[in-house]
Order: sequence, then structure tokens, then C-alpha cells
Amino acid sequence: MAFLVSLLAATIRLATPIVFAALGEIITELAGILNLGVEGIMLMGAFAGFWGAYQTGSLWLGVLLGILVGALMALLMAFMSVTLRVDQVISGMGIYFLGLGLSSFLYRVTFGVRTVPPTIEGFKEAPIPLLSRIPFLGPILFQQNILVYLAILLTPLLVLVIHRTTLGLMIRATGENPRAADTLGVNVSLIRYLCVVLGGILVGLGGVVLSTAHLKMFWENMTVGRGFIAVAIVYFGKWHPYRTFAGALLFGGAYALQLWLQALGAPVPHQLLLMFPYILTIAVLAMVARGAKGPAALGVPYKRGEA
Amino acid sequence: MRLRIEERPVPSPLTRVLASIVAVFMALALGSILIVMAGANPLVAYRALFYGAFGSVHNLAETVVKAVPLLLVGLGITIAYRCKVWNIGGEGQLIVGAIAATWLGLALGWMPATLLLPLIVVSSFLAGALWGGAAGALKAKLEVNEVIVTIMMNYIAIYWLNYMVRGPMKDPTIAGGFPMSPLISPAAEFPRLIRGTRLHAGLLLALLGVVLTYVFLFKTSWGYRVRAVGANPEAARYGGINVLGSVLLAMSLSGGLAGLAGAGEICGLHHRLLDGISTGYGYTGIVVALLGKLHPFGVILAAFFFGAMVVGMEAMQRTIGTPFALVIAIEGLVVLFSLVGDVLVKYRIRGD
Repeated sequence: MAFLVSLLAATIRLATPIVFAALGEIITELAGILNLGVEGIMLMGAFAGFWGAYQTGSLWLGVLLGILVGALMALLMAFMSVTLRVDQVISGMGIYFLGLGLSSFLYRVTFGVRTVPPTIEGFKEAPIPLLSRIPFLGPILFQQNILVYLAILLTPLLVLVIHRTTLGLMIRATGENPRAADTLGVNVSLIRYLCVVLGGILVGLGGVVLSTAHLKMFWENMTVGRGFIAVAIVYFGKWHPYRTFAGALLFGGAYALQLWLQALGAPVPHQLLLMFPYILTIAVLAMVARGAKGPAALGVPYKRGEA
Repeated sequence: MRLRIEERPVPSPLTRVLASIVAVFMALALGSILIVMAGANPLVAYRALFYGAFGSVHNLAETVVKAVPLLLVGLGITIAYRCKVWNIGGEGQLIVGAIAATWLGLALGWMPATLLLPLIVVSSFLAGALWGGAAGALKAKLEVNEVIVTIMMNYIAIYWLNYMVRGPMKDPTIAGGFPMSPLISPAAEFPRLIRGTRLHAGLLLALLGVVLTYVFLFKTSWGYRVRAVGANPEAARYGGINVLGSVLLAMSLSGGLAGLAGAGEICGLHHRLLDGISTGYGYTGIVVALLGKLHPFGVILAAFFFGAMVVGMEAMQRTIGTPFALVIAIEGLVVLFSLVGDVLVKYRIRGD
């Protein structure tokens, strides 16, 4: 039982970066922009969050810097895809390379080459009084760090905004049929800019979680594909936050299981265990892809007065 | 006189080439800001880069050595992107090609080179083609997003490589154990082209690849179909073109060319399998293809340019300590500025 509790607690903890990144990608895609630069934005967020926390000694300033950098990277994506209307797949790759290269470069420049990598204290578990004492569920859900709680709260909030508010309606209209939305007076470009940047903030936060709550350090390409996995989970979640959260848990579980098997000294080479989340991603995509129809105008640039 | 902006009817090839060159210069200009951040003088840094890439016969040969895998991967990416299949799996496809080449070079070392070399070339092409073709099949049959699948397959290939050089293919004679395979048979080595340098016959293979890619894309009906699907899949389907087959073909050829790059790195250069058999060639190859405007001849120039960037940046890191990761950031900037350039050449400024 104690083992199951710790495995499930680890599942939620390890799912958190992907939850943030995937929720960010949902907002972005619902407005009709396919942002494949998530991995690069996450890396920039992870670096900025770590650097901020290390330099100022304040974790929250680190978080702030991380989401600010995420927003800036996303602003670049928005400019390319909304204002210049370039191919979103290619501009996403550009953002990915830029984020990958820039985060590694800045890390080397700011911290130099050291034998022992710099670390920070990082976010610690903050048990919620009373709730954390509930048997079984308490240690799984309520003895986590504060960013985990934030992810759990953000998911229903996003459902509310997307499905119960006028803004949510405008976002979905923009992604489904920008021409109709435009005719009805929705500012398509503004909505798209807003959603891409909001999405970037969440993606950046996903990166911050990795460097300030999980590993408490930064290294080159530390996301190792989590940004792309987040995009895959959006397909799995069919652009709905709850389903997407569940998908992220699936991957949190995969990471937790892999760590547990490694710690246990399972007679499987650990490189093969490390493959597991990637194989799972392909399997999940292959199962859901055909039925997963995203917003109708996803990835299509919008230009007024063009058929 | 009033200036106004109007759309060009058709951007000429010359303006498009010019746009690529401007994109490179813009990226390097922004890169110089990063160099300043690293505490170096950009002029000194770029001079070190230039000397490192072109300063001597040896340096120039190294530039071409790095350009060879970039050229092969870039050609593969060109075929895929012409079909609008977004392969970012060049890294993984190169790695499985390298594993296949090493395995044959070790297992069939008794064969004469005249038999073994063609066998290795064909096998590593097939290995890459299968790795890429798997993603192509998932896309064609199940509409699975190939961007994500190919990235996932890169990581699978990387961990598989890490496992091979520590497990089944590990050189038992190296005590303590650097993770690497034994040396392949001399019969499996590509000949060197210039004495005293590492320039190897993989270059000829890559140049042959340029010709074959050109012929395939522009002179065969298969290539025509691949391009038609890329231009407009609906219209292609309506016109009776086998869209699924074209996607699968484009992805397989794309992976196959990357697999060849893997064989080149093993047989031409390292002669054994290592963890770092590819230092991001699969990713840089994408930038090479895009900068080369998805044309085989353009890809030659772009591959040479990025070969020089990689060699030059290594020299820059050695001499003035500017981190090598700068080259990846500049790659991202080149992609973005190329896109901006494509938008700008659609317009021109006229004075009335």
C-alpha cells in the first residue's frame, strides 16, 4: 500500500510539467494556432526559472521570470503565425531550435563550465492541513508542492473559461471558423495573439516546474521531448482540459514506473526503460489520431477578405 | 513621389536566393549580440569561426566532412517536405543507419570490400527507410502527426544506441569501458579522398544523392506525384494520385538518405559506433533543407554553409570559449528569418 501511494503521488508530481504545457497548447490550438515550438519554450522557461531563482534566491521571482520568457517566446510565435501568416509547422521548428540553442547557450554563459552543477533549494512539499491526513488520498493529492496544486486548480478553471464564458466562445469560434467570427465582430488577430501568449505562459511554467520543483537544476535539453509529448496529449485529450489532464497522468505514471523499476534494479537495461514514455506516446497517438479532429481552422493562417 | 507596397506577381529565383542570404546575415547579426553576452568581441569571434572553417586545407576538409551528413539528411528532408510530410526524425534515422552499418562491418568483416561496401550502403539506407517509413505509414494509414512520431523515434533511437554501445555491441577489449563498439573491418571502410585529411568517399555518395534526388523529384512520375501531394493533397487525390503511397514513399526515401549519412559517419569517419555518432546532424539537416529552399542544388550550398558553421563554432569554442550551443540558436534564427524573407519577397516597394 505504501508503495502504491508513493507511486501515485509520483505520478501526479511528474505529470505536472506536462499538464501545464498541454493546457497551454490547448488554449493555443483552440484559437487555431498550432504551436510546435512548445519544447523550445519549455526549455527557455526552465532555464529562466532556474536562473531567476538562483540569482535572486526567490523561487517565485524565478517562476515570474520563467513565465515572462515563455510569454516572449510565444509572442514571437504569434508574430510569425498571425501577423506574417507563415507556415506554422516550420515556424514552430524555428522556435524549437531557438529555444533549445538559446537555453543551453545562456546556461553556459551565466554559469560557466563547472564540475558540480549549481543547484537550488527548489519547491518543497507543502502538505495541506487536514486534507493531507486523509488516508490514501491525502499523501497522493495533498502532500505535493504548490505548483502541483496550481495545475490541479487550473484545469477546471480552464474548462470554465473555455466552455462557460463569452471569451471562451470567441476563442473557439476563432479556431473553428475565423471568417464567421470576424463577421460577428470578433477580433481574430487579437484573440489569436492572446491565446498564443497565454499558452506560452503556461508552457513556460511547465518548464519552470521541471527546473525548480523536480530536478532543482538545469541542463541542456532537460525536457527530453516532454514538450512534444504535451502536444501529443492534446490530441489524446481531444482539446478538452479534463481528458488532457488524464493523458498527462498516464505519462506521469509512465515516468514514475520507469523510475521505480530503475530503483528496484529491474533486470532490464535502463536505456530500454527510458524508451518507454516515447513508445507510449506513439501507441497513444496511433490509437486516438483518427478520431481526434481538432479545431477546423487549426494551422490555417487567416487573412481578411480572402476566400 | 509616393511609395507604396504591392504584391509581386511571382518572386524570381534570384530574389529568393537573395532572401536566403539576407536571412543568414540577419541570424549572424543577432548571433553577435549573443557573442557579446558571452563576453567576446563578435568580430574576433566570427574571424575565429571563418578561420576555423576555411583557414587551411585541413580545416576546409573538416568543413566538407561535416557537410556530408548534413547534405544527405538535407536531401532526405527535401523530399519529405516537398510532399508536406514534416519529418524531424533525421537524427533517429541516421542513428539506425549507423547501427546497421556497424553491425555489418563487424559481422561480415571477412567479405571483400567490393561486396561488403555495397551491402552496407544498401542496408543502412533500408534501416533508415524503415525507421522513417514507420512514421510515414502511421501518418498515411492512421493520420498520426508525423512531427511528434518522428521526434519520439529520435529518442527511441538515441536510447537504443546508448544501449548497443554499452551492451550487445560493446568493445570487450576496452578495459573500464568507454561505451563504444570495436573497430569495423578495414574492408568496410570508405577510402579517404585527400591524404592527411578525414575527407572520405561519403562525399561522392552524397553528391550522387544530389543527382538522384534531383532526378527523382523533377524527372520521374513518382517525384511529380510526391510534389503534387505536397502542393495540394485534395487536388492530387482528385487527380487520381495515390496520396498514401506518395507519403509513404517520401518518408521512406527521406529516412533512407539519413540512414546513408549514418553509414558515412561509421565507414568514412569513426569506424566504430559511439554515443555521439551524431551531434545533431538530423536537426541541422532540417535547417539545411529549408535554407536550401527544398532544392537539391540549394541544399548543397546550405550544407556547406552549415558544415562551416559547425566546424567554425567548434574552433570558436576552443579559442575564445563561446559556447557551441550558439550554433543551434543561430539555426533557429535562420529558420525564422528565412520565413520572414519568404514573406518579404512576395512584396515590393514601388514609387509612383
